[in-house]
Amino acid sequence: MQRYNGFILFALGSLIVLGLSHGNLINAYIQITIMFIGINIILSSSLNIINGYMGEFSCGHAGFMAVGAYVTSVLNMWLFASDRVFGPPLLPPASAVLLFPVTLLAGGIAAALAGLLVAVPSFRTRGDYLAIITLAVNYIVKSSIENIQVIGGARGFMGMRKVVQSMSEVLDVPWVMIWVLIATGLSVWLIYRFVNSTYGKGIVAIRDDEIAAEIMSVNTQRMKMVAFMLSSGLAGIAGGLFANILGYINPGSFTIMKSTEVMVMVYLGGMGSLSGSVLSAVGFTVLMEVLRPLQLFKWVVIPLLLIVLMLFRPEGILGNRELSDVFPRLKRWFGTEQGGK
Amino acid sequence: MALLEIKNLCHYFGGLRALHQFDLKLEGGELLGLIGPNGAGKTTVFNLLCGFYRPSEGEILFRGERLTGLRPHAVTARGIARTFQNIRLWNELSVFDNLCISQHHNLGYGLLDSLLRTGRFRTNERRVRKQAEEMLDLLGLSHVARELPKNLPYGLQRRVEIGRALTIRPQLLLLDEPAAGINPNEVDQLIELIRWIRDQFKLTVWLIEHQMRVVMAVCETLKVLDFGETIAAGTPAEIRSNKRVIQAYLGDQEPAYA
Repeated sequence: MQRYNGFILFALGSLIVLGLSHGNLINAYIQITIMFIGINIILSSSLNIINGYMGEFSCGHAGFMAVGAYVTSVLNMWLFASDRVFGPPLLPPASAVLLFPVTLLAGGIAAALAGLLVAVPSFRTRGDYLAIITLAVNYIVKSSIENIQVIGGARGFMGMRKVVQSMSEVLDVPWVMIWVLIATGLSVWLIYRFVNSTYGKGIVAIRDDEIAAEIMSVNTQRMKMVAFMLSSGLAGIAGGLFANILGYINPGSFTIMKSTEVMVMVYLGGMGSLSGSVLSAVGFTVLMEVLRPLQLFKWVVIPLLLIVLMLFRPEGILGNRELSDVFPRLKRWFGTEQGGK
Repeated sequence: MALLEIKNLCHYFGGLRALHQFDLKLEGGELLGLIGPNGAGKTTVFNLLCGFYRPSEGEILFRGERLTGLRPHAVTARGIARTFQNIRLWNELSVFDNLCISQHHNLGYGLLDSLLRTGRFRTNERRVRKQAEEMLDLLGLSHVARELPKNLPYGLQRRVEIGRALTIRPQLLLLDEPAAGINPNEVDQLIELIRWIRDQFKLTVWLIEHQMRVVMAVCETLKVLDFGETIAAGTPAEIRSNKRVIQAYLGDQEPAYA
């Protein structure tokens, strides 16, 4: 049973958060911060697949987030709300309650397909050169969106509030919070399963020695494709949720700056450490909010922290280790893959 | 049908002729050695065979099937496994994981099974783990299963690498200088190990080796390469007295001290 302890703990925590937000016991600001924590957990843990487990250097994660955000938002507006451009809703707005996860998933799938833009070049190149390609893909996505006037171009795209509104009219619960919590739990769970299976460990073999991996039976091209698509797909889902939290998105939110933020979280938590990614996403988001009074100086303090970290602990807080390796007691409570068999 | 047939294999690196008209036929069950001075093209033959290089000319037939043009993982899946001259284990993964991942061609499940932990995932993962455990047991490596390869002494790393190649369940095992960098005691163990592997797993072993002691003790037949040309082939005793081979290794002139 211990293998379910983690799940039960997460479910209980989620229920408490949901109860508190539903009863308005915590204010909207804290609710949004909690949702951003969830989004950042998805982003950092999914980027960790590439930068940590597979050992490539992707610095265009925000680009995939943008694809997911726009696809989900546009689908939602087209299907469930009346909009200047897309006209009257295609489906009854109330059906958004059921179909919201479908549009979210569609955003994820679109982002996964965009991930092919990086995955295919990764067959022939790696390291610094692939990093430049990821950077280019980030720019391609951002500039493409800026130039498509139907979805608002550089001015941005809005109206998602209407969809959330129509969901609340059916049943008055904090819908976006619910989906953020579900998606966060699911993606961490899926990544955990992926990197702990012999199949998923193929990407770690690619990191350690790509030539040996290919010669010793790992289909490196397929594994790279799987890793990039899984990672960018989850980023797309994070993007779709991000759009629905804010109710407004513009290409400016998905620049290299955002990608860097995600990268900082990954390196802070430790490469190849899932629990590190989760912890650092929580810590980083809270820190960002705590440092808000510093205004622009925040962007001096945070990079400074990064410099200190790189000097004294370059592998991150939990480099290539999990929380349960540092505190073996956790294993008894939550069990591990090896312990569970 | 022959296990392996190499016909007129040539490989050029730009203007450099690394391998020229290499022919070979293996029926299965042999212990073949490939020797030659440094830079003779021995490792090139292995790299061509496992699909890492694409040959400039010639063809490779493995159990009647053309291998030329296949990607390395596909060649491996057809039953050819190898070790490397400078050990290439996955150093950040445990020895046990190393032996699991090398069964990637034979996992029997895919991404969705691994994410959803389907029944197919569970039965296959159990089989893969069991096979790795059995292999570690057979090679006497169980005590290091949880260690990282980089923390092991060189001799053990060699053994782990051979174990990793064997989990592929190959019919042809290529060993690239298995005795390089290990101490004389371990060399004797290695000779025993190679013979034992051949009999235990009923496979064909082809090795590249510099240490004549290993070559003479292990190999039934030898092929000698020099500057990409096959200069001799035969039993160890024949090769030892072959003039061209001695020439290739020691040079033309009578040494001054003779």
